[in-house]
Amino acid sequence: MRVFVCMSYVPDTTTKIRFKEANTQLDDASIQWVINPWDELALTRAVELKYDAASPVDEVEIVMVGGVRCEPILRKGLAIGADKATRIDVEPLDAFQTATQLATYLQGKDCGFIVCGIESGDYNEAAVGGMLAELLDYASVSSVSSVQFDGDAPVYQRDVANGKEQVKVDGPAVLIVQKGFARVPKIPNMRGIMTARSKPLDVIPAIEVEPLVEFVEYAAPPAKGRVKMLNTPEELVRSLSDEAKLL
Amino acid sequence: MSILVYIRNVGGQLKKQSLELSAYAKAMADALNLDVTGLVIGTMADGELKKLGNYGMSRVLKVDDEQYNQRVNRVYTRIVEQAVNKTDAKYILFPDNAQGKAIAPRLSVRLRAGFIPQVLDLPSSFEPFTVKKRAFTGKAIATVTAHTERVILTPMLNSFGLPENAQDLEIQSFEPHIEEPDSRLELVGKQLSEEGVQLADADIVVSGGRGMRSSENFAMLEELAATLGAATACSRPVADDGWRPADEHVGQTGKIIAPNIYFAIGISGAIQHVAGVSGAKCIVGINSDPEAPIFEVADYGLVGDAFQIVPELNEVFRKHMHEKK
Ligand SMILES: Cc1cc2nc3c(=O)[nH]c(=O)nc-3n(C[C@H](O)[C@H](O)[C@H](O)COP(=O)(O)OP(=O)(O)OC[C@H]3O[C@@H](n4cnc5c(N)ncnc54)[C@H](O)[C@@H]3O)c2cc1C
Ligand SMILES: Nc1ncnc2c1ncn2[C@@H]1O[C@H](COP(=O)(O)O)[C@@H](O)[C@H]1O
Repeated sequence: MRVFVCMSYVPDTTTKIRFKEANTQLDDASIQWVINPWDELALTRAVELKYDAASPVDEVEIVMVGGVRCEPILRKGLAIGADKATRIDVEPLDAFQTATQLATYLQGKDCGFIVCGIESGDYNEAAVGGMLAELLDYASVSSVSSVQFDGDAPVYQRDVANGKEQVKVDGPAVLIVQKGFARVPKIPNMRGIMTARSKPLDVIPAIEVEPLVEFVEYAAPPAKGRVKMLNTPEELVRSLSDEAKLL
Repeated sequence: MSILVYIRNVGGQLKKQSLELSAYAKAMADALNLDVTGLVIGTMADGELKKLGNYGMSRVLKVDDEQYNQRVNRVYTRIVEQAVNKTDAKYILFPDNAQGKAIAPRLSVRLRAGFIPQVLDLPSSFEPFTVKKRAFTGKAIATVTAHTERVILTPMLNSFGLPENAQDLEIQSFEPHIEEPDSRLELVGKQLSEEGVQLADADIVVSGGRGMRSSENFAMLEELAATLGAATACSRPVADDGWRPADEHVGQTGKIIAPNIYFAIGISGAIQHVAGVSGAKCIVGINSDPEAPIFEVADYGLVGDAFQIVPELNEVFRKHMHEKK
C-alpha cells in the first residue's frame, strides 16, 4: 500500500520573523527553513508503518509544492525514510492554489491514504488538507491521532469533541493528523542520509491556478505590556479579580 | 442575503464559541444591513438554540435528523453548501477549531470562496473584503483580502467578545438533499471522554511544565483547577514523558487555546509553547527562575517554588470563590 505525505516547509520556529518591501513580503534572507513540524511527525509515522511487518504500507512518497530552495528539506524527508519525493515547482501563494497543485498530481494515483498536517507554521491556514480532499472528492478524516489495521484495511482514530472515534473509509482518504500520530520526529541516521542521495526526487511543472485570497501586509503582534511581578498569592488573586476583572 | 453561522453541536449542547460567532456575525451584519442565520446539524433542543437569540442571531436552520449526528466531513460540507444557497449567504462563519476547519476548507473549494482562518478582528473593509489574521504561529499579524463573491471565515475564540443583542429567534427545520448518505465512512468504535472541563473551551487553564518534576505532583494542579473550574494542560515534554495525556499538550505542535486566564506553572515559556497560548487574555507565570522567558509574555508573575505557592494559591482562591458566592 502506497502512502503520500504532503509536506510543507516553514521557518525554523526560533527564527525571528521580519518583513520587507514596506511590510508586504516575508524577509527570507536569514530564515532557516525546516520541515513543518506536523508533517515531520506524519512522515515519521508513515515510515514506521512501512517498516512494521504487520502493516500493509510498503511505500511512502513525499509531495511538496515549492521552489528549488525546498530541496534540502525534501532530502531530509528521504533520509528519514521516504522512498521518493516529488516537488511541484511553484511557490505556494495560498491554500487553494497549493491544494490544487497537489490534487492535480495525486488525482487517480493508487494509494491507501494521503497524510496532511493540521496546519503549517507559516501562514497558519489549516486548510490544504480539507481542500485537497474536496478537490479529489475523497473522504477526509480530521484530528487523526493514530492508524491501526484490520487486516489490510486502515482504521483511523480521530478525536471528536466528547471523546475518540475509530472510523474506516471505503477507498482512499485524506488524513489530517495531529499530535499523537507520532510522538517525536525521527532523526535521520547516517545510512538514511547516504541512501537519500540516490532516491528519486522528481520535479514536475505546476499548473496555472488563481489563488482565492491574497496576503497584502504584515505587522508585528501588539507588544505586550510589561509583566507585573507580584509577591504573594493574595496579591495575585486580588489583581486577577479587581484589576483584570477576570474572576 | 445573510451571514451564515455554522453552530457546533457537541452532543446537543452549544459552546460559548457559537455565541461569540453569533455576536461577531451580528456586528458584520449591522454594517452591511444583513441578518444572521445559524445552521445546526444533528439533534439540539430548541431551548438550547434560543440562547443564540441573545447574541444577535435571528434565525436558525436545524437539520434535526439523527442520521447526521455522526459527523462526516464530506456530507456536512454539502449540507452547509445547501444552506448557503437557501439563505443566499455571502459570508459563512465557522468556529476556529478542528471541527470548523474540517468542513470550512472543503466548502471553500465547492463555492470557490476565499477561506480566511484564525481571524483576529472584525473586517476592516468589505470592498474588497479585508481582515486581519494570525500568521507565523502568532509571531505576526497578516492583512488578507479576498476578492471572491463569497468569503468563509473562522474568527478565533476571544477575538471579539460577547456583546448581548437580543433578537426574536425563529427556528426552522431544514431538510438537505443528500443523495447518497456517505457510505464511505464507517464508524467502528467510540469512547466517550471523562466528564470535566474540556481544554479547548475552558475559560481558565492551569498548566504545568517540567518544573513540576513528576506526574504525581500534578495532583496539586488538578486541585487548583477544580477550585477554579478550570481545565488542566501541560508543556510538550510533560506529555512526551507520559506525565500527562498527550491531548493536554499546548503549543505550536499541540493545542492552540485562548482562555481568559492561563496559569503557566513550572513552564519556562519557550517560544513554541507560547505559540499555543498567545491568544490568552491573561497569562500568569509561576516560576522559580526570575529570568524565565515566561515573564516576557506573562501579564502577572510570581517568583518562587511552585510546590509552596500552588497549595497557598489554592487556599486563597477557595476563600475568594466562597466569598463571591
Ligand atoms: C519544533 C518544535 C516544536 C515544539 N512544540 C512545542 C509545543 O507545542 N509545546 C511545548 O510546550 N513545547 C514545544 N517544544 C519544546 C519547547 O522548545 C520547550 O523545550 C518546552 O516547552 C519546555 O518545556 P517546559 O517549560 O515544561 O520545561 P523546561 O524548559 O525544562 O522548564 C521548566 C521550568 O520550570 C521551572 N521550575 C523548575 N522547578 C520549579 C519549581 N519548583 N517551581 C517553579 N518553577 C520551577 C524552571 O525554572 C523552568 O523555567 C517544541 C520544540 C520544537 C523544537
Ligand atoms: N506547499 C505545500 N506542499 C505540500 N503540502 C503542503 C504545502 N502547504 C501545506 N501542505 C500540507 O497541508 C497541511 C496544512 O497546511 P496549511 O493549510 O498551509 O496550514 C500541511 O501540514 C501539509 O501537510
